[in-house]
Amino acid sequence: MSKQDQPTTSATVPPTTDEFIKGLWRDNPVFVQVLGMCPVLAVSNTAVNALAMGLATAFVLLMSNVLVSALRNFIPKQVRIASYILIIATFVTITDYAIQAISVDLHKSLGAFISLIVVNCLILSRAEAFAAKNTIGRSVLDALGMGLGFTFALLCLGAIRELMGNGSLFGLAVFPANFQSWIVMILPAGGFFTLALLLLGINALQQRQKQTQS
Amino acid sequence: MKEESLWYIFINASLINNFVLAYFLGICPFLGVSGKMETATKMGGAVTFVMLISSMCAYGIHALLVAIDAPFLQLISYIVVIASTVQLVEMFIKKMSPALFRALGIFLPLITTNCAILAVALFQTNKGYGFVESFVYALGAGVGFTLALILMAGLREQLEFAEVPNVVKGTALTLFIAGILSLSFMGFAGLGS
Repeated sequence: MSKQDQPTTSATVPPTTDEFIKGLWRDNPVFVQVLGMCPVLAVSNTAVNALAMGLATAFVLLMSNVLVSALRNFIPKQVRIASYILIIATFVTITDYAIQAISVDLHKSLGAFISLIVVNCLILSRAEAFAAKNTIGRSVLDALGMGLGFTFALLCLGAIRELMGNGSLFGLAVFPANFQSWIVMILPAGGFFTLALLLLGINALQQRQKQTQS
Repeated sequence: MKEESLWYIFINASLINNFVLAYFLGICPFLGVSGKMETATKMGGAVTFVMLISSMCAYGIHALLVAIDAPFLQLISYIVVIASTVQLVEMFIKKMSPALFRALGIFLPLITTNCAILAVALFQTNKGYGFVESFVYALGAGVGFTLALILMAGLREQLEFAEVPNVVKGTALTLFIAGILSLSFMGFAGLGS
């Protein structure tokens, strides 16, 4: 029964570069879709944390997209969300232990937020909206694009906050020593403000594009 | 720090380290459902309820996993418990109040992916809280979440009448307000020490 429910057209569509590109900018998960905000705001206080978080999320997204896509004809419709969450939780556990093995310091500074990748809406939404309906090849491209787009957004936020709040980038001092750092950027409030400003800029950009087109 | 009073745990979870405004947990429902006061209140109630139940279950599961020496199953078993609790609450609300069920819409099943709930379970395990302490911690977190949601809804209802430039409308404006709220919550920082 479930096999007939699958759209037959999508299986024949070959993977295109568009699946990859769209996650980077046009459908950027953070700036356009506003998904997975919790880790974006919480661990973007330094560029290193942001990069690590982005890559960890991208890895989980890629692996779960592949598995969901491979199993899409076997998972019954009624229990699909539960199955997706189990798949995601498995990979998050793997990532959690891997990061702990690679760098204990990083694991400490990211804290519980690695485990919380499980409940990142971005991953579940890609599994449900894309991987469950498309071939493995297309799902891989989609996951790569979305994962890199997410990492890019996190890195933007992390770099700005670290630069302003600490005067450094990736732990290296950028501004001279007498630079008065903006403490507020490191604090939770700074995360909200920086993201709001970035969204504001993108809104303005899109509106200008629309005006020039019409 | 060995003996934290229950009152301190409660204040800490609800005000000083407010889950939404200091830990950035549960941002999705915070941005999504905070448009109207009424839905915000009920959403807060539902989340608090799920938090309490899942926190209790997490305490039991943690004890069980320690007993059988399988800590790597922690994350998976927590998320399963939360998902089933949410299912239960969903059926309950659907039966008791179909209007509320429609108002909450997609955000009801999404409580499953509300990071605040999983975080309560994880944090209480990390901090090594006992049964009563876990209960108070979950209650505090739920109250704090509801408080942030209600404050936000009140502000956004007022903003309906304000004239805002087109560019700022939508998520950007909501994030600005959240930032200001977060700043004001930092005033609680000295409270419990």
